[in-house]
Amino acid sequence: MADPRLEVIDRRLSTIDHIIAVCSGKGGVGKSVVASTLSLLLARRGLEVGLLDLDFTCPATHLILGVGDATPEEERGIVPPSFHGVEYMSLIYYTGERPTPLRGEDVTNAIIEILSVTRWGRLSHLVVDMPPGLGDATLDLMRLIPRMEFLIVTTPSRIAFQTVRRLIELLREADRVILGVLENMVLEPSGRIRGEVEAMGLKYLGSIPFDPKLEEALGDAEALLQTDFAASLNAAVSSLLPD
Amino acid sequence: MHEWALAEGVVAAVSRIAEEQGLKRVTEVTVRIGELQQVDREILIFAIDQLRPPIMRDAKIIVEEAPAKLRCRVCGHSWRFDPKGLEEEVSEAIHFVPEVAHAYLRCPSCGSPDFEVVEGRGIWLASVKGLRGDG
Ligand SMILES: Nc1ncnc2c1ncn2[C@@H]1O[C@H](COP(=O)(O)OP(=O)(O)OP(=O)(O)O)[C@@H](O)[C@H]1O
Ligand SMILES: [Mg+2]
Ligand SMILES: [Zn+2]
Repeated sequence: MADPRLEVIDRRLSTIDHIIAVCSGKGGVGKSVVASTLSLLLARRGLEVGLLDLDFTCPATHLILGVGDATPEEERGIVPPSFHGVEYMSLIYYTGERPTPLRGEDVTNAIIEILSVTRWGRLSHLVVDMPPGLGDATLDLMRLIPRMEFLIVTTPSRIAFQTVRRLIELLREADRVILGVLENMVLEPSGRIRGEVEAMGLKYLGSIPFDPKLEEALGDAEALLQTDFAASLNAAVSSLLPD
Repeated sequence: MHEWALAEGVVAAVSRIAEEQGLKRVTEVTVRIGELQQVDREILIFAIDQLRPPIMRDAKIIVEEAPAKLRCRVCGHSWRFDPKGLEEEVSEAIHFVPEVAHAYLRCPSCGSPDFEVVEGRGIWLASVKGLRGDG
């Protein structure tokens, strides 16, 4: 007759001003490092921030942030612990590093379960790290959270950008909010992606160079914030933030 | 308590359905809970009781339990989930998000983690009965 979980999702998210999905048509373009670093940058600006890892089968944000051993508290639902000032929720609390293969319906159920039981604090931003593509997670978030704002990541590759085009078209057809497109792993600057993005009437958020030092900073939030990658990301997303 | 989150969903769903159907008073609510999620029946009923809005004041709450049936997608073997014998941490993880069963359970016949939960996953509102208008 009715799935009681669907009734409370809006209520659970009602303490959050902005919900930002970091997404792309393509895998491996840097969604997880962008989502993780973005949440740290927002927290450093003194904002109340959360990070939700919805890449259930291949989660990565816990490795990027270096989250500790704390686990969620049970209090009329699940209260996520904070790491480096970021309220953090992921399926890794329940699976550890075990392989957790999920098919479509399982992904949907797990997303609904997490959204309906997690009790976020009062947040200005919840950043959501998405799996690549136009599959279950993207469709479920479009359906369940219409006010979701999408931050799209691409690389300079034509192939990556072509997948991003499809994603943009899908989101536009559904009238979803697109914050803009971020160009990551840039080796040789060129205006090509900027031109394409602007021709579509979207905001080009900026370009992030390939940073050979990023790898060694992964797992250490402080080190991550000191990278050139973080500096470029900070400049790129400034336009999205109050002052 | 996870049951509180579920109870909140049940109460919200019942309220919405009562409004949609023009019920003045809800007399009976049937909730089905799947074995896989191992919902504590007593806590669930207690939580629903605490959260009851006026329209549900006298409603009888019926909680039915559904066995969890799993079927392997590789070899077709079907079996029933049995929480006994699971480590507490594992059964707690499955309680919070039943899908994480795929990290811990394997088909007893071929060892595959690629199984489906045919029945008895979580919580479901099965029926809402009540009185309309001045009835
Ligand atoms: N600007 C950059 N400079 C150097 N390395 C980068 C940069 N951006 C991302 N990387 C590296 O590229 C790899 C892929 O990044 P990440 O895991 O964030 O991508 P993703 O889009 O989330 O992938 P998936 O689609 O699998 O979720 C990581 O090892 C990351 O550290
Ligand atoms: Mg990722
Ligand atoms: Zn099997």
